[in-house]
Amino acid sequence: MKVLVCISHVPDTTSKINFTADNSAFDKNGVQFVINPYDEFGLTRAVWFKEKQGAQITVLNVGRAETEPTLRKALAIGADAAIRVDADPSDSFYVAQQIAAVAKEGAYDLIIAGRESIDYNGGQVPGMVASILNFPFVNACVGMEVSDNEASLIREIDGGKEKVKASLPLVIGGQKGLVEEKDLRIPNMRGIMQARSKSLDVRAPQEIAAKTSTGSFTKPAPKSAVKMIDADNVAELVRLLHEEAKVI
Amino acid sequence: MSVLVYLENWEGQFKKNTWEAALYASKTATMQGTEAIGVVIGDINESAEEAGKYGLSKVLHVNDAALASFDANRYAQAFAHLAQENNASTIIISGTFNGKALAPALSIKHNAALLSNVVDLPTNVNPLTVKRGVFSGKGFNDLSSTETNNIVLFVPNSIPLEEGSGAASVESASFASADEKTVVVESIDRVKGKIPLPEAERVVSGGRGLKGPENWTMVEELAEVLEAGTACSKPVSDMDWRPHSEHVGQTGIAIKPNLYIAIGISGAIQHLAGVSASRTIVAINSDAEAPFFKAADYGIVGDAFQVVPKLTEELKKFKAAN
Ligand SMILES: Cc1cc2nc3c(=O)[nH]c(=O)nc-3n(C[C@H](O)[C@H](O)[C@H](O)COP(=O)(O)OP(=O)(O)OC[C@H]3O[C@@H](n4cnc5c(N)ncnc54)[C@H](O)[C@@H]3O)c2cc1C
Ligand SMILES: Nc1ncnc2c1ncn2[C@@H]1O[C@H](COP(=O)(O)O)[C@@H](O)[C@H]1O
Repeated sequence: MKVLVCISHVPDTTSKINFTADNSAFDKNGVQFVINPYDEFGLTRAVWFKEKQGAQITVLNVGRAETEPTLRKALAIGADAAIRVDADPSDSFYVAQQIAAVAKEGAYDLIIAGRESIDYNGGQVPGMVASILNFPFVNACVGMEVSDNEASLIREIDGGKEKVKASLPLVIGGQKGLVEEKDLRIPNMRGIMQARSKSLDVRAPQEIAAKTSTGSFTKPAPKSAVKMIDADNVAELVRLLHEEAKVI
Repeated sequence: MSVLVYLENWEGQFKKNTWEAALYASKTATMQGTEAIGVVIGDINESAEEAGKYGLSKVLHVNDAALASFDANRYAQAFAHLAQENNASTIIISGTFNGKALAPALSIKHNAALLSNVVDLPTNVNPLTVKRGVFSGKGFNDLSSTETNNIVLFVPNSIPLEEGSGAASVESASFASADEKTVVVESIDRVKGKIPLPEAERVVSGGRGLKGPENWTMVEELAEVLEAGTACSKPVSDMDWRPHSEHVGQTGIAIKPNLYIAIGISGAIQHLAGVSASRTIVAINSDAEAPFFKAADYGIVGDAFQVVPKLTEELKKFKAAN
């Protein structure tokens, strides 16, 4: 089985987010980048496929050279090869087209992406890739087994879960549940050494026009100071929720 | 020209969420000087005429066996067909689980720009421009479309619901089924009697400070008087004290209820990322230095095991009196 894991390169979850002086872009200064948390679950699931039933894993990022440490980390975790499409990930449609082109050429059986990237929170790329390729698509995927070209999956729905089946090739938008938090792989020394000699193929992008353009960025308005209420006077909280906040 | 809106139903029922989408669409249509048309898929056990109260004059009802269970590609195909038939360049979808799966597939089939994670009504209609949330609650961005066809995927609870009067006419519609690669639904496991988190107007949430799953009874009792959904911090779901579906935060569900009550949750940056958009936040924590107090509107320093039952009692009294 050939598995393509799409890796988004995002600010670490503890990052303070700042925008450039003219508010036209995200300020990357001093920000640590990591594998998108949702993609980590998918990558570890792919490594399990490899270990338990045999799979060849390629990780893919659409980005500039700055994302290579993130791809190397994915190689150290257990991917066999990496591809970087050398372009600015200008919008979801653009990225999805690049991923679809790589997927088509490499004839992958399974394309694992994350439910969303924690930078722009688009949640668009996997569904677009599936639709471009006319592959079945399962979003918010929290469980996946594959045998004989067929996958059994579990996906989250509003207020529950759904068990579904789909034939390969297939695209998923994955999250925690594909593997558990405690099972996430972190690179060990041997993995890091091996990653150095694995292939990281840099490709030129397809010519595609984006469909959106980003304007200015703003930060949320600061919260006004908290009102503290005495633990012995809970009735006061009820009053405030009713009269001031008007939420009850 | 028209605006098309997905009026989602759950086992035949519409929800507040459905009507928020209807209202969002009719307001957008007004801005564009056109009309909004609803789309209902599948068997319903209440009338879609109700959509008239939220500004829709017409609803198309598609009841086709091929759409009996949700599939992103096939639903997208149905919507693309209806959009074409009704000359709809803008499509409005609420960011439910199915909405989030449908929108990207539809954007490809309808050759549309997809504006997602939108937190308010459009700020401009030519070019279509929206305010979207970015960096998990830590920022916003103005995003404009460069296309004629557009899809707006908005975050549930983004606009206040206003109810007017009127009834929509309901027409049946069909869609031309072609060969789409679909998934087959084998079984559905719905948690009964719970309010799904993304749409809950009030949420009561517990963290590691509650010490163990056996102590959630008081959280559920508080949620019950408030008619609230229940949530938890990540370690709580990692330890299996609560189901994963309740995990809120940067790597869980992002919510924006009117009221969020955090009990025994420290207020780590990753947790706040998913809840800071809530309108009113209450933090209950035994540690006066807990970071959550900086993000809250109201705070109580105290032992949750004493404060929470008292709060439930007071709310019961309040409800009885009001
Ligand atoms: C990549 C990454 C992603 C993450 N994503 C998320 C996420 O999406 N959501 C999330 O929640 N976390 C997330 N985290 C974890 C986050 O950093 C915190 O570890 C977590 O939120 C802490 O959970 P907690 O507040 O329940 O527990 P703790 O930090 O242990 O806090 C417990 C709190 O309970 C209080 N307390 C103790 N006893 C009582 C009592 N009797 N009464 C009242 N209060 C009491 C304590 O004072 C303390 O403030 C993420 C972390 C990483 C690294
Ligand atoms: N630039 C990118 N390169 C590779 N994969 C990406 C990129 N952007 C998004 N993805 C994938 O698509 C998923 C959803 O991203 P998004 O639609 O941007 O929220 C991510 O979890 C990744 O798996």
